[in-house]
Amino acid sequence: MQFKTASSPHIAQQNSVQTLMYKVLLAMIPGTIAMIVFFGWGVLINIILASVVALSSEALMLWIRKRPIKTYLFDGSALLTACLLALALPQLAPWWLTVIGTAFAIIVAKHLYGGLGFNPFNPAMVGYVVVIISFPKEMTQWVPPLLDDYTLLSFTETLRIIFANELPLTYGWDAITMATPLDTVKTQLGLELSINEIENHKVYGPMFGSVGGFGWEWVNGLFLASGLFLAIRGIIDWRIPAGVIAALLVLSNTFALYDYASFTPPTFHLFSGGIMLAAFFIATDPVTAATTTKGRWLYGAGIGVFIFIIRTWGAYPDGIAFAVLLMNMAAPLLDYYTMPRAFGHRWTEFPHHHKEHDDE
Amino acid sequence: MSRAPHHLWHFHGGLKLEGNKAASTTHAIVKARLPKKLVIPVQQHIGEPGHLLVKPGDNVLKGQALAESNSYVSAPVHAPTSGTIVDISEMPSPHPSGLNTLCFVLESDGKDQWIELEPVKYPNSKSPAQLRQIVRKAGVVGLGGATFPTAVKVNPGPGAYIDTLIINGAECEPYISCDDMLMREYAAELISGCELIQYMVASKHCLIAIEDNKPQAIASLQQVIKDKSLHNIEVVTIPTIYPTGGEKQLIKVLTHKEVPSDGFPSDIGVLVQNVGTAVAVHKAIHLGQPLISRIVTVTGEGIKQPQNMEVLIGTFISELVEQSGGYHKDACKLIMGGPMMGFTLQSDQLPVTKACNCILVENTEEESPATMPCIRCGACATVCPAQLLPQQLYWHASSKNFDMVQDYHLFDCIECGCCNHVCPSQIPLVQYYRFAKTEIWNQERDRIKSDHARVRHDFRQARLDQEKKERDEKLRKKKEMLAQKKKVEANAANEGKDTLVDPKKAAIEAAMKRVQDKKAALKSATEKTDETK
Repeated sequence: MQFKTASSPHIAQQNSVQTLMYKVLLAMIPGTIAMIVFFGWGVLINIILASVVALSSEALMLWIRKRPIKTYLFDGSALLTACLLALALPQLAPWWLTVIGTAFAIIVAKHLYGGLGFNPFNPAMVGYVVVIISFPKEMTQWVPPLLDDYTLLSFTETLRIIFANELPLTYGWDAITMATPLDTVKTQLGLELSINEIENHKVYGPMFGSVGGFGWEWVNGLFLASGLFLAIRGIIDWRIPAGVIAALLVLSNTFALYDYASFTPPTFHLFSGGIMLAAFFIATDPVTAATTTKGRWLYGAGIGVFIFIIRTWGAYPDGIAFAVLLMNMAAPLLDYYTMPRAFGHRWTEFPHHHKEHDDE
Repeated sequence: MSRAPHHLWHFHGGLKLEGNKAASTTHAIVKARLPKKLVIPVQQHIGEPGHLLVKPGDNVLKGQALAESNSYVSAPVHAPTSGTIVDISEMPSPHPSGLNTLCFVLESDGKDQWIELEPVKYPNSKSPAQLRQIVRKAGVVGLGGATFPTAVKVNPGPGAYIDTLIINGAECEPYISCDDMLMREYAAELISGCELIQYMVASKHCLIAIEDNKPQAIASLQQVIKDKSLHNIEVVTIPTIYPTGGEKQLIKVLTHKEVPSDGFPSDIGVLVQNVGTAVAVHKAIHLGQPLISRIVTVTGEGIKQPQNMEVLIGTFISELVEQSGGYHKDACKLIMGGPMMGFTLQSDQLPVTKACNCILVENTEEESPATMPCIRCGACATVCPAQLLPQQLYWHASSKNFDMVQDYHLFDCIECGCCNHVCPSQIPLVQYYRFAKTEIWNQERDRIKSDHARVRHDFRQARLDQEKKERDEKLRKKKEMLAQKKKVEANAANEGKDTLVDPKKAAIEAAMKRVQDKKAALKSATEKTDETK
């Protein structure tokens, strides 16, 4: 009898990339629903549009690169990129903006670098940066969260705006879009208002909600909860979000204590914009993050630091995409210098000691 | 009186695996039937192979040495039963390489007649060195799978000090239960073996480490220790985490010490022996019996009646399977060792060796999903017991960057397969590490070879140069001498012409003159006489 030969180990492996990706996608559902509730149908339309574009770009690139389409197309990675990008885009962004961002993310940022596992930069964030630099005006088309003064647009109205650029008869752009709380703070601080004055302003005041902006609090709260769930289940590494949050908390607290009139409080930092989505779902993309234990702490903390710097002194209201891309660049270096001490070795044999060693 | 539980530490990573040991531990160890034909590989240990002591046609008795070597790191092999050596030739043996090795073919006579044995009644009356010699003659090797000659291992060497002897009964690989059954049924022999090894290495403590999934083994050993009221042997229950049975991991768990990457356990005062080895040491000394049998777990979904068997070395695997109810109809994979670190065999027409602890037969499984690219998730690094970065190793190994893999400490990898097991991309990581190791070894060998060749070439060149130089020197000297001689002669000639009057020449000339004068006188005289006529 002839038996099959194989290399050890002989126990079937249980995990798969696909399950990993779909678990992350599932965990995004609660936060996404909150976004749809607060910001309208545009969120859903963006997700669907981005997903269609992402999957077709992925299929096209796999076909061109002669890769097995069936294996890769539904591994969930393209879909995850699409969803992350769609959630980061303004709800009333014109359709072509979503198409350009997503296609660029998949075709250039992912496949031209070698596809899944080989891209040094987070594709969704590359797509986002491309559109925010190229089309700054369209990128401001954020819908105000469900407030008394504003009427939520219907599904067909939203579709018409996105695909035909046709506004409902009674409204102008000013009536249906509004700067985000982060943007407002930045503008008003520029006009020399204090944080206290901005938060109690009769026009802008209500949008700040109780901690991080009306609606945003819920969105961030839900992403935080599902992100924690993923971290506990070991699907994402908890050190990266912990690093992001810790760095942001330390910096914002220090500056707010120093000058509470011109620096937003830590709670606002943590619960406005896309911070929880970024910390738990974007920064944790394993392909582009650092992989060592210490490296992940530093990687997360670096993102937190850059977000704070860009939010406070930069030109953009939220700096998540730039912060993530900057740390993507640093990831290989972090990995090299945070190599764990291998069993039975002394610390002095490791890279951060190489220099001294060479000098000897 | 109950002792305080031994303090335990953790090693990094590891896996909690499904044990699957129950199937093979339902009944006691079964003695395998005496086979008609046995195939005994000459080399079943790490080290030098022995030279042959018998030739085809010889009749041998059970326990008679068949091959033995004079080199230090070696172990003899013995006839597992009495009979006739019918052949000594290259035959397939159970080895990962699948290559043929030199084997004795023994046809048993069915009498199973022992050679005269020399048991040691009072081991304490012998010196540790004498006992080591007995262990050595008995061909005892590490039965955990490494098959390193035990006599070498229990010799700490001058200046070395063994504080703790660890008896490894962890048996962390799923499916395997031979050590478990051995501890249950040979508890007294095992403890006796521990005492003997302790005597040989002069260690203070002896810890028998057993995973907490073997309560019966723990109980039976504790009973023996209690009965004999031994105070320096302790059974330590350790958590069931794969690969806690790895030598370095076990030492870490029990002592918190790490074996240096480039060192041995003895460097930190520890010696680890497998439970089976301890029993073999007992048999060698107290019974005088060489290592000719071992306990083998025959198990897996592909075996109808999984069990543990006491098997003579050289028995064919096919016979064990047959005595364990045969194969399941879906059986497709035959593995020697456990599912994590064992290797596959192509055929069951192979003999059991000293290294063979388990025969595992797996059924056809559904096609595993396709291998995906590494997504750097780091799951591998979290389970790696050697604290390596498996995905970086994989990255550099697959791009054949052999300098970088060594920077990432490839050679600290114990190939336990944990990283492989958790990889969501289904990458056969361990295969890459083996490939890289082999490549590096090959390069190293080539380098040594070329270094050797270069040295030889340089030496030859130097020798030729030297010879040429010497020849030239000789020639030059000869020429010089000739030139000197010529010069002297030429000088002499010139000098004679010019000034010096050679006395000889003068004498000759004078004589010649005299003769001429005489002749002239004579002539004138005759002319005178002619005139007068």
